Amino acid sequence: MAVLARAPADDIAALLPALPAHDRLRAPETGLVMVRGRAGGDGAPFNLGEMTVTRCAVRLGDAVGHAYVAGRDKRQAELAALVDAALQDPAHHDALMAAVIAPLAARQQAVRDAEARRAAATRVEFFTMATMR
Amino acid sequence: MYVAVKGGGRAISAAHAWLDETRRGDPSLPELGVAQIEQQMGLAVDRVMAEGSCHDRFLAALAIKQSKGDLIEAAFLLRAYRTTLVRFGASDPIETAAMRLRRRISATYKDLPGGQVLGPTFDYTHRLLDFALAAEGAPREAAPEAGAPVGEVPRVTELLAREGLMQREVPDDAEPGDLTRQPLAFPAARPVRLQNLARGDEGFLLALGYSTQRGYGGNHPFVGEIRVGHVAVDFTPPELGFAIDIGDIAITECQMVNQFAGSRTEPAQFTRGYGLVFGHGERRAMGMALVDRALRAQELGEDVTAPAQDAEFVLYHSDNIEATGFVEHLKLPHYVDFQSELENLRTIRRSAMQDLAE
Amino acid sequence: MNALTPGFADPVLDAQAAFRAVLEAMSRPGRVVVAGSALQAPAPLCRAAAAVLLALADADTPLWSDAGADAQAWLRFHCGAPIVAMPGDAAFVLASGAPPALAALQAGTEEQPQRGATLVLQVAALEPGRGWRLTGPGIEHEHRLAVTGAPDGFIAAWAASRTRFPRGVDVVLCAHDRLAALPRTVAIAEG
Repeated sequence: MAVLARAPADDIAALLPALPAHDRLRAPETGLVMVRGRAGGDGAPFNLGEMTVTRCAVRLGDAVGHAYVAGRDKRQAELAALVDAALQDPAHHDALMAAVIAPLAARQQAVRDAEARRAAATRVEFFTMATMR
Repeated sequence: MYVAVKGGGRAISAAHAWLDETRRGDPSLPELGVAQIEQQMGLAVDRVMAEGSCHDRFLAALAIKQSKGDLIEAAFLLRAYRTTLVRFGASDPIETAAMRLRRRISATYKDLPGGQVLGPTFDYTHRLLDFALAAEGAPREAAPEAGAPVGEVPRVTELLAREGLMQREVPDDAEPGDLTRQPLAFPAARPVRLQNLARGDEGFLLALGYSTQRGYGGNHPFVGEIRVGHVAVDFTPPELGFAIDIGDIAITECQMVNQFAGSRTEPAQFTRGYGLVFGHGERRAMGMALVDRALRAQELGEDVTAPAQDAEFVLYHSDNIEATGFVEHLKLPHYVDFQSELENLRTIRRSAMQDLAE
Repeated sequence: MNALTPGFADPVLDAQAAFRAVLEAMSRPGRVVVAGSALQAPAPLCRAAAAVLLALADADTPLWSDAGADAQAWLRFHCGAPIVAMPGDAAFVLASGAPPALAALQAGTEEQPQRGATLVLQVAALEPGRGWRLTGPGIEHEHRLAVTGAPDGFIAAWAASRTRFPRGVDVVLCAHDRLAALPRTVAIAEG
């Protein structure tokens, strides 16, 4: 779900093999999740503010797939729920992981790495000046 | 006194039509797209998300376009929109120690684990207007990348706490109060104060934070750490019963380190002021951290003498949506109450004149 | 979980229609209105009660129910309402069998009477035009409502509950896809 929650709908759709028809158990719906932080970073929880989240649940055969994804993309939520349902079938799990999740994860990791390397380029290298008297 | 009046419908429609026209500006220029605002006015988007108390970059950018760049009006639009959405629940508390960092600096330690990472900052720029930006479409150099990426780094406050020099936060798992569900009441607990400050007006937080530095409730702060980046949000849907990662949000965290003289039960040590805000909002996170620490005066046995230490004063006036509503309502017709004031004044003056004549 | 059936086909419009039905029923106590006809809710949940809860209950309204594991899982999934163990902790109380005593439910306070609970009470049948005699705000003269399968002693308990006004409990009676409301203001006499 972490990978699907960060993947644009078009990217998921492009990788998804044809799947049997599914029923919408809960049509895609956009709502809010109250994001909590902690005082001082590690103390008592407090309500920081809300974020938009879209959820969806589908039934695919016997499996029920759920998705909660940040943002308001209903198509992404439905595709994520569909993949979640399909992954529950042991016969398809490994193939789907390799065909859909792995490439999406690799793409996301590459973006993260590039950002982390940009950040690292702004890391300060201190050097000591001659002591002044 | 409130008296309903009618009329002005046509004038209002015409005013709104003109507003639409002025929003668009000169039609011979290309129209500004919401995606352009989201990408190129990113810090305005961050401020609107923080004060609108809703993390959604597209909605904040749309609100900025609609409000013609009036950021308080934009935050108002975002707050109004969020009331139309159902709340699925509350997230698990975000783990800022695991933040994917774009920026991380400390003013207390030069050499700290993870180092000083400047990120995309205005600091150390010369604040000279760059006329090269006026020439659109100029080629732009890519930012350099280093070989080894920045990974997770420990919090500075944790380094001090390990030595016993920093007061530990009490990890309490009580359900925090929520200002969007329960009105503010006093004494306000720290979680409620932090929620209030996190969505407070940036200018108000900045001014109050500044006042503490200038001696109004001073507590000699150091920036222990500022970090800017992305964190994952975990949410536990009730129907699943386990937490799932629903995506990332951009946040800024500021830990202010302050001296504390100690008390009968506690040795002298450092205490924290804490700032946490949506988006990249360093000034706002610092202001929040200064004010948070000032508001802890009573809890830490300090004298409450300055505006920034007065919880009622701070928390009742921090919200710019409330403030703008109450200030701007003065524009609305007050014909009848003004008439009565006028009547009063005339009576007083008449009787004063009579007294004088007698 | 695999027995889950869908909720509203159109969450926005269907919830608005159900809300409108409850509003109509609350404004005209004892009138029978239709709600949730297209829903397939798990037994013993009836369609009208399911529609009421889908429209009104959410993550901010604790729910108590005696309707068993399937219905509870369905409600938790579609409403997101936290399920509580004690009826006195709930904002919505769903009773498919004998309901908890009205006096045991949240009645709100003098300052905040809106915090009183809503009891969604399933009965066997609702028929207007005969039966109980209802009077009070929203009723010009008198409404008649025949309730088959009302709990024993309900009318006496209702009369006792009304003495606490403005505190109190509101009731939505549900049978199949029909519902009728008893806001706390209504007086009930045996037919």
